[in-house]
Amino acid sequence: MANRYSAFSLLKHALTGAPWQRAWRSPQPKSSYDVIIVGGGGHGLATAYYLAANHGIRNIAVLEKSYIGSGNVGRNTTLIRSNYILGGNTHFFEHSMKLWEGLSHALNYNVMVSQRGQIVLAHNPSQLDVLGRKGNTMKLNGIDAQLLDRGDVMRILPYLDFSNECRFPIYGGLLQQRAGTVRHDAVAWGYARAASELGVDIIENCEVTGFLENEGTISGVETTRGRIMAGRTAICVAGHSSRLAAMAGLRLPVESHILQAFVTESIKPLIHHVVTFGADLFYISQSDKGGLVFGGHIDGFNTYTQRGQFPKVQDVAECAVALIPGVSRLRLLRHWGGIQDMTPDGSPFIGRTPVKNLYFNGGWCYQGFKATPASGWCFAHTIAHDDEHPLARHFSLDRHMHGNGFDEYGLGLWTYRQ
Amino acid sequence: MNTVLAFGPIGSNSMLRINCPHCGERDYTEFRYAGDANKARPAHGTGDLKTWHDYVFIFDNPKGPHREYWQHVFGCRQWLILERNTATNITGASQLTDTSRAS
Ligand SMILES: Cc1cc2nc3c(=O)[nH]c(=O)nc-3n(C[C@H](O)[C@H](O)[C@H](O)COP(=O)(O)OP(=O)(O)OC[C@H]3O[C@@H](n4cnc5c(N)ncnc54)[C@H](O)[C@@H]3O)c2cc1C
Ligand SMILES: [Zn+2]
Repeated sequence: MANRYSAFSLLKHALTGAPWQRAWRSPQPKSSYDVIIVGGGGHGLATAYYLAANHGIRNIAVLEKSYIGSGNVGRNTTLIRSNYILGGNTHFFEHSMKLWEGLSHALNYNVMVSQRGQIVLAHNPSQLDVLGRKGNTMKLNGIDAQLLDRGDVMRILPYLDFSNECRFPIYGGLLQQRAGTVRHDAVAWGYARAASELGVDIIENCEVTGFLENEGTISGVETTRGRIMAGRTAICVAGHSSRLAAMAGLRLPVESHILQAFVTESIKPLIHHVVTFGADLFYISQSDKGGLVFGGHIDGFNTYTQRGQFPKVQDVAECAVALIPGVSRLRLLRHWGGIQDMTPDGSPFIGRTPVKNLYFNGGWCYQGFKATPASGWCFAHTIAHDDEHPLARHFSLDRHMHGNGFDEYGLGLWTYRQ
Repeated sequence: MNTVLAFGPIGSNSMLRINCPHCGERDYTEFRYAGDANKARPAHGTGDLKTWHDYVFIFDNPKGPHREYWQHVFGCRQWLILERNTATNITGASQLTDTSRAS
């Protein structure tokens, strides 16, 4: 790597004051590529990187309509974990966890993986049984898990509400120590830089507006920066999947919904883990700057406005205070929304489409950030070999047609109720 | 109608408000969202799996005008069809559904 980051390069720049090189090149689009990836979020950039690093395909462009990091990759709450029950999910997300563990070295970029541990709480005995089963499933698959009783949770998370009056008493929890957080922007920047070093053209401010299609085969894209031909074209546009698919004449099992995230003012270190409430969808962690970072459910109706509804702020704040009464006086500093694909079963799609030379990665719901490395890994395989990766075969676009919905949370197949 | 705040993208609203033809305009939190109202339920007895699959699982998911079902669960409990622009959340007309469809 030409401009490898190291202690030595840091020292050299400190002493000489020489400006740092841009982290990735900013080339003009060429007239054609072997592979075009639409969408420069985490998944698009990871896909490009693994295509170049694992499959030797380097004539690639990533087309991003805005700037790198503008989408959900820079809007999520940075939680990573691999505590799943369903067969396909355990292996897929554990593969992702292993890639996270080596990512800073692989990319020569500090993505700040912090394996601070995640604790999911149980608020009644049967919920604790379910967590026990989940932990056993994880252990059988070689994934770390530790069942905690109420006393353990009191010791590890003393700031939770353990009073007799609390609405959702705490019976115990499940700890995955290897889970934690990753600096989300660094993931986008790290993959972009490493892909660019391997020859991938990262083209910002370039919106794809249509596909060049001939008899069911895609041969390129129309963009706001002109027409670009491609051997293979891959869609990685997160909340805008339906719009891109529609340009290729496809309709998807996807609705676009808004998810909000919240950050409080900074306080001294209080929350050392990622803590997940078991009585509603709510999770909280503390950033390195000291702000409490938390999120909850989608607003609940499909929308493309990146602006959340106020009642959700109240819902999420109520969860926070129900769990940790001590945060009730904290002020919210920032809150924002991101548009994400919701699928009928809560699981994503990674694979081929009915259109030749067109590949699709989307439908990530709440879990797309933790999946980023494995998603890019498997999707790159699909594009290189025109075949699904064994770890992602069950994430096929037509699974509902065959009754193979992949419903990890047992919520039933209802997009907007996930 | 909806108040447009002085800041933020033009057309975005402070809160989604829904006009129930029966009860008047209320916060959306009184309602339950129930999806795309443009989908036509296949005729009873339709044997073709693809038709049912598309009806249940596939969404047009447009960025723009959308017709959708809501139920006024904390009000009159009627079902209604609302027109809303998914790019702005600005609402248009609402009408009660055919009562034979309500459940
Ligand atoms: C508030 C919030 C919190 C979340 N928290 C977590 C979490 O804690 N853990 C977790 O695992 N997941 C979380 N997620 C989900 C996760 O962030 C997403 O699933 C994931 O980031 C989506 O993949 P991406 O990074 O590729 O998306 P994005 O970064 O959104 O990338 C898609 C890109 O496509 C571009 N694009 C769209 N249309 C076009 C076009 N026509 N032409 C060119 N480019 C286009 C967009 O500009 C965008 O940059 C959260 C999501 C949100 C919104
Ligand atoms: Zn009413």
